[in-house]
Amino acid sequence: MQNSPDPALPLLEVRGISKSFGAVRALQEVDFTLRAGEIHALLGENGAGKSTLIKVVTGVFPRDAGIVRIGGEEVAPRSAKAALAAGIATVYQEVNLLPNLSVAQNLFLDRQPMRFGIVREGEMRRRAKALLAEFGLDIDVAAPLGSYSVAVQHVTAIARAVDLSARVLILDEPTASLDRHEVEILFGIMRQLARRGIGIAFVSHFLDQVYEISDRITVLRNGRLVGERETASLPRLELIRLMLGRELAETTSARASVGEHKVREVCASFENYGKAGYVAPFNLELRHGEVVGLAGLLGSGRTETARLVFGAERADGGKARVEGAPVRLQSPRDGVRHGFGYCPEERKTDGIVAELTVRENIVLALQAKRGLHRPLSRREQDEIARRYVKMLDIRPPDAERPVGLLSGGNQQKVLLARWLATSPRLLVLDEPTRGIDVGAHAEIIRLIRELCDDGLSLLVISSELDEIVTYSDRVVVLRDRAHVEELAGEAVDVGNILAAIAADGAGVAHEGRA
Amino acid sequence: MRGLPPALITAIVLVAGFAACAVQFPNIASTRVVGNLLTDNAFLGIVAAGMTFVIISGGIDLSVGSVIGFTTVFVALAIERWGMPPLVAFVAVLALSAAFGAAMGAVIHVFDLPPFIVTLAGMFLARGASFLLSTESIPITAPIYSTVSDFALRLPGGGRLTAIAIIMLAIVTGGALLLHLTRFGANVYALGGSRTTASLMGVAVGKMTVKIYMLSSLLAGIAGIVFSFYTSAGYSLSAVGVELDTIAAVVIGGTLLTGGQGSVIGTFLGVLIQGLIQTYINFDGTLSSWWTKIATGILLFAFIALQQGLVALARRPLAKSAGAAT
Amino acid sequence: MTALLPRRGLAQILALIVILAVDRVVSPQFFDLRLQDGRLFGSLIDVLNRGTPVALLSLGMVLVIATRGIDLSVGAVMAIAGAIAASLADTHSLAVVLAAALGAGLICGLWNGFLVAVLGMQPIVATLILMVAGRGIAQLITEGRIVTFSSPDLVWLGNGSVLGLPVPVAIALGMLILTGAVVRGSALGLLIEATGGNARASELAGVGTRAMILSVYVWCGVCAALAGVIAAADIMGADANNAGLWLELDAILAVVIGGTSLFGGRFSLLLAVLGALIIQTMNTGILLSGYPPEFNLLVKAVVVLTVLLLQSPKLTGFAGIAARLRRTKA
Repeated sequence: MQNSPDPALPLLEVRGISKSFGAVRALQEVDFTLRAGEIHALLGENGAGKSTLIKVVTGVFPRDAGIVRIGGEEVAPRSAKAALAAGIATVYQEVNLLPNLSVAQNLFLDRQPMRFGIVREGEMRRRAKALLAEFGLDIDVAAPLGSYSVAVQHVTAIARAVDLSARVLILDEPTASLDRHEVEILFGIMRQLARRGIGIAFVSHFLDQVYEISDRITVLRNGRLVGERETASLPRLELIRLMLGRELAETTSARASVGEHKVREVCASFENYGKAGYVAPFNLELRHGEVVGLAGLLGSGRTETARLVFGAERADGGKARVEGAPVRLQSPRDGVRHGFGYCPEERKTDGIVAELTVRENIVLALQAKRGLHRPLSRREQDEIARRYVKMLDIRPPDAERPVGLLSGGNQQKVLLARWLATSPRLLVLDEPTRGIDVGAHAEIIRLIRELCDDGLSLLVISSELDEIVTYSDRVVVLRDRAHVEELAGEAVDVGNILAAIAADGAGVAHEGRA
Repeated sequence: MRGLPPALITAIVLVAGFAACAVQFPNIASTRVVGNLLTDNAFLGIVAAGMTFVIISGGIDLSVGSVIGFTTVFVALAIERWGMPPLVAFVAVLALSAAFGAAMGAVIHVFDLPPFIVTLAGMFLARGASFLLSTESIPITAPIYSTVSDFALRLPGGGRLTAIAIIMLAIVTGGALLLHLTRFGANVYALGGSRTTASLMGVAVGKMTVKIYMLSSLLAGIAGIVFSFYTSAGYSLSAVGVELDTIAAVVIGGTLLTGGQGSVIGTFLGVLIQGLIQTYINFDGTLSSWWTKIATGILLFAFIALQQGLVALARRPLAKSAGAAT
Repeated sequence: MTALLPRRGLAQILALIVILAVDRVVSPQFFDLRLQDGRLFGSLIDVLNRGTPVALLSLGMVLVIATRGIDLSVGAVMAIAGAIAASLADTHSLAVVLAAALGAGLICGLWNGFLVAVLGMQPIVATLILMVAGRGIAQLITEGRIVTFSSPDLVWLGNGSVLGLPVPVAIALGMLILTGAVVRGSALGLLIEATGGNARASELAGVGTRAMILSVYVWCGVCAALAGVIAAADIMGADANNAGLWLELDAILAVVIGGTSLFGGRFSLLLAVLGALIIQTMNTGILLSGYPPEFNLLVKAVVVLTVLLLQSPKLTGFAGIAARLRRTKA
């Protein structure tokens, strides 16, 4: 497995890769270069195109355009298996091994040492033990993989990949569920592999870790390559700007459209609200006619805050008040009853019911709120659907179409309509503009402003800082699952947000998720 | 650390149950009763061994009872009416069964359909086919049948280990070896863990699916032949509902109905537990046979609930960072 | 009532017409009806009458399947309810008999619903338990005998007639209308379809998905119990061994023929009942044609396979939709 590649030749070379899903352009002419023996971080927010890039390179998705070379030779794997044969192995955050099989079987599945048609269990275990020992792991390889920590599972997956003579190793969020000590072990292994000449592409949203381990950094945003730098020469603020912001000049002009800051009535407030291991206790006041933006990197606790506020997750401490009265938010039903609405980030799995029509999707929350015995008549449903299809310009304007057939932007509008139909007092929008084409993007931002002008209270999560700045009256910045800064009025600008996100978290070690 | 393996729990239940029965009816603890228990449940043990493979791989096979019924009718007709030599009839019916299973496996894989409904169709098909062959009970008088029926190993204490019990024990042993010692066996577990992941790791999922259902139907065919030895007849209504007993035995034997975990030995113990309940009821005399079903249902619930609990526990990694050190 | 019959019912209606036509060919008197003692007689009425138990089962089953579930225990529940009804029939009033039998069905449904909705068991696993144990419970009630009765009230339920129709047919019709009114008249239908289509999203939209799932199993239990009472009334006795045997499979088949996907979501009560009638029309046709009734199973197998292959995500026009859904997923 030891090969000495020509240092002049990049190990993995990706040129001009494009990939569209329907109208959404997930990747546009992306380049990526991985040298032998380097650890190369691939960064970007959700939807930036990291996973799509990985899947295109490893043949999980077919590509629309572009080429992939390994060691100078062009390859076009059609499946993950073919990619592995070409020397590219991927280890995902959700470890792609079989937790019900023993560690040894996982390492040698379908290539066990055999004699007379019988697996040589002893030999297989011996080899498994020897292989894992190279990675500093001394465990009982006969035990089921699932009985070990995620860290051990990751190392096993890496060991399997390397043993299958992978030259390129792609690690997708390998540290997301590891504790500090486990991360150290993993990093040790990564450095050791790099010394052997293996090229490692490393996806992570923990910037501290990226600075600790990587040699170079490639940043994607909205499916485009925005920069490839040496880690040592890329300051943290600059990196975050690459990931989140566009040019500052552009955003300050857009900011002018936000109305002047007035003190308004409080709609909902949260005091010391939080959940252990989920998001640290926070104070948050949401007022009528005001947009509060939640900014922060992926994994900083934005979605977690949104789910607590809505009631999709139960808080284990603190008080919640709606219009001044204390309330208990134990389930989405509670949230809905108190006039909250929540458009989740994962539209397909958590938002729409693909098979049902636009009309049925729109009336769903209202109907759930009214209860079983107060059904909306077909006429009322048609009326509501017609009103919102027109108001939000849902296209095609056919309320009887299964919502799964609509484009992402229109699905998002259907979800907005679902909540607007309940006449909410507070709407929580998690990445409302993600995966939506440019036209619909602008429309949704306009809508957010309009809704706010109508007196609605909005809590909006977005990774697009310039976007968040255009509509937010206040911005709460999160880092490491805690609210760290609240900006209001004149202070709301991209620079301040970036500074708050990038503020050196030296004291705040990444403990990862429990 | 990882708790008791489910099959061990089954073994404990069996031993405890057997001891309890023996306290009440000392006669139960005799080789004669045990020998009969093995003979009476021989066909069940064979078909359950096949079902274990299917269920561990994440599937289910509802057609096995019908395949048994078809086999008995086919064998009886072939020997008695068509004048086939018994061994030729056996080979022919086993080839048919295997092909039948392979076809079901192929449909499940190629059209990506739920195994439950495909094998349901297979159940109708096989039962219907046996009705078409004959709706009467056909006695089998071939000499090989009396020879096999008469053959038995004498056990100390007056028990008899009959030929069909021996066949069952051989198949259970062979099944256990196949499952635990071969690449095929490892792949069965892999499929039950996750078909997608198994495929990514290089397992030929389609071929495996075909082979697994083929194995299950083949063993159902053998069970059918054994059943015809047991009753010396072929009848299209024989073994109605056996798929349920089989699934129950597999689950009570500690195999996860959702796939990925289990053992042939556990299944064998599950079959014995069902046989023991039956034996107890026979000995008691006042209890009626329906208590078998109720007791089986209660055991099913207990084991499924237990597994549900174990699975919930397993979601939390137990041996966190065990031994990891650099 | 149009809400009960979506436009996609055309294939099922055509299938029924074709089968009816075939039946007419094998038996020229197939469409003959005559009125005798205020009651209609004829093969068509026979089809309706004999199709009643499966039609009732399918009314409950279709809702369960719409939530992505399945209920394997309906045959066993039929046996339990039939056993209870038969044991009480000669000593209690019809009201008590019905209340006891339907109550038992309700409890069975609650048990299944509890296992699925609260304990989170896979429906096929959860309902298997009652499928195995239920028949034993029914035998416990009848003490293993075939319990016969002569209560005229209960006999009437199986053999009487109202407005020229056999009582079972009238009951099935009534249940169809009742279920339709409850499901489509309230918001239940929409919320069940939403739960089956995407349980996570429905939960987040404030739908009480657990309550939905629990309630469909309860309803399925009640429908099965009613079918069990009618089956017992029909033969004036309860046979715990054979009552409702394998009818769960017919009920599932009826639902599948009725176009409701085993993967949940959209459902149609009327088409499920139509599916039950299609099965029964085939059965009767085979009987009339002189083929042995056992031939039914073969035909059923072929029908199941055909319908499945038509529904297979890899074959149908729905594949287009599924593919598009997958493609737009970034």
